[in-house]
Amino acid sequence: MKLLTGNDLKTGAVTWWTGHDWSIHIEDAINAGDRADEIARREEAARRVNAPYAVDAEQRDGKPRPLHIKERIRALGPTVRPDLTLKPADPDHREWVI
Amino acid sequence: MYLYDKYDQAMVDARVEEFRDQARRRLEGKLTEDQFKPLRLMNGLYLQLHAYMLRVAIPYGTLNGAQMHALADIADKYDRGYGHFTTRQNIQYNWIKLEEAADLLSDLAKVEMHAIQTSGNCIRNISSDHFAGAAADELVDPRPYAELLRQWSSFHPEFSYLPRKFKIAVIASDKDRAAMRLHDIGIRIVQNEAGEPGAAFYVGGGMGRTPMIAPCIREFVPLDQLVTYSEACLRVYNRYGRRDNKYKARIKILVHELGAEEYTRQVEEEFAHLQQQGIEPPLAELERLKTYFADPPFDDGPKTVDRSDPDFALWVDRNTIRHKHDAHVSAVISLKPIGGIPGDASADQMHLMAELAKQYSFDELRVMHTQNIVLPHVRIADLPALWARLDEAGLGAPNLDTIEDIIACPGLDYCSLANARSIPVAQKISERFSANGKTAALGELKLKISGCINACGHHHAGHIGILGVDKKGVENYQLLLGGSEAEDVALGKITGPGFSEDGIVDAVETAADVYLRERSDGERFLDTYRRIGIDPFKEALYG
Ligand code: SF4
Repeated sequence: MKLLTGNDLKTGAVTWWTGHDWSIHIEDAINAGDRADEIARREEAARRVNAPYAVDAEQRDGKPRPLHIKERIRALGPTVRPDLTLKPADPDHREWVI
Repeated sequence: MYLYDKYDQAMVDARVEEFRDQARRRLEGKLTEDQFKPLRLMNGLYLQLHAYMLRVAIPYGTLNGAQMHALADIADKYDRGYGHFTTRQNIQYNWIKLEEAADLLSDLAKVEMHAIQTSGNCIRNISSDHFAGAAADELVDPRPYAELLRQWSSFHPEFSYLPRKFKIAVIASDKDRAAMRLHDIGIRIVQNEAGEPGAAFYVGGGMGRTPMIAPCIREFVPLDQLVTYSEACLRVYNRYGRRDNKYKARIKILVHELGAEEYTRQVEEEFAHLQQQGIEPPLAELERLKTYFADPPFDDGPKTVDRSDPDFALWVDRNTIRHKHDAHVSAVISLKPIGGIPGDASADQMHLMAELAKQYSFDELRVMHTQNIVLPHVRIADLPALWARLDEAGLGAPNLDTIEDIIACPGLDYCSLANARSIPVAQKISERFSANGKTAALGELKLKISGCINACGHHHAGHIGILGVDKKGVENYQLLLGGSEAEDVALGKITGPGFSEDGIVDAVETAADVYLRERSDGERFLDTYRRIGIDPFKEALYG
């Protein structure tokens, strides 16, 4: 599957295409399939996302997970600062990254 | 300290407002990302792995207490309460919002700082010896020369679009503490036989994917031609540097491909031409700049200190450096706590370092390219009080130049160019050697880690170097041995096949054990490596 990702223009936060909007949580991402490029162009032109691109991903335990470690780290935050990742209070939430 | 005059301040203030307008137009959709990107990069603003990253210039690593306080305030106000001191003697913030970036730059300008020329194909922040103005072994303070070149290179219209980025270092002692020969231009202030001061020029060094040690192209340039000769070096590069291929565009490739002799011939020709143009500022300007860096009022206090506390004595032995005034030392504040993130400092720690600078070091601090902080002028009598405050704040690690004092680039935890994480490897190695108690026995052992071939972590120049690579989507680490960025400069050699994350920690310990087994009296790791060669290490690693 292909996920579409980019950064929020104002804040720089990593975001994922949910099918109708952008979310900071990768769990909200949907398979953009072969429409990824077209959606990316449209959303970037509308300034709802900055510098979007598609990444290869798979479903793991029912959740979308990028195949490459770089995108997994990007999805959650620096592995060396768990306090700065999304949902820092839940260590299980990080298990899939490395 | 350098001081802004009204022109400097006006230029920096104008630049902030120009960027404010550019950012506004980007947010309103009047500029596309393609149009905006070069503009934000000219102001040090990158889009990194998690967010926008801002790199702030700290000229030759020198700053005062008010500036360090301001950097701490920025970390709290615009970032997530910390900053990362880099191998370019700068600081980076990892979580900047575009909508707030102009306000941040405006706060920086209030303390005479900016982020201009910290990115892009221009002359970057000039680096220098972090003990400049304090070191017992320096010929002169190199910073006035670095400042002269900073003023020359700031907004230089001819050199704003070079073939690639360009880095200059200036030193003034036999000891090289600035990796001078691994810069595009390395300048060493020297004396000729008549006792006159001048500059030796080393051109075409660098790390990255094609590491090169800069050859000396001229042993003596009179100081009243420093700018003119630099201009000649840059002109030849600007004219013939490979703009067609990013990977061959650095000056080191030009010097290598032309040959140092031919490059030098062209520089000399250009130099002769430029000398008729009268571009050199009068020597009086250099003398004026020197007044910015006048010695603080050192006093004649005690030259020894009570060493009965062994922890304090260890810190003094490891982390203080002989000063040109014998009642003082330079004290190194380690940003390498065991298991910590090399170079990171919290806003509270930055505030504390600023306070300590004011109290104990004539309000001066330096950023080392090894990602530590220096209080350059500390009275020996004040060392116990200083150490107590540092120790209490977790800043008293006694590990300068040991295997725990690791340089690590941000790596895959923060950097979008990375292949592998650097920081966790550094954390594991410092934890391993702290636990196995070998750090003291190993003595000086410089370990440097980069998360990709760009070599921001100086892995080529580590006594032990580690390079992160991507092996089919999995992090893998190559081991290098025998590099040095000091006066005994050398490039490390790869030992063989790479290792996993845990495997590289074991491999470093194996290499350290070979040294402990093979060393002769007084030899450092690097000396033993040079004497016995790489084979005994390979045997132990891959046997
Ligand atoms: S060496 Fe590579 S991974 Fe490390 S900071 Fe530089 S570009 Fe990023």
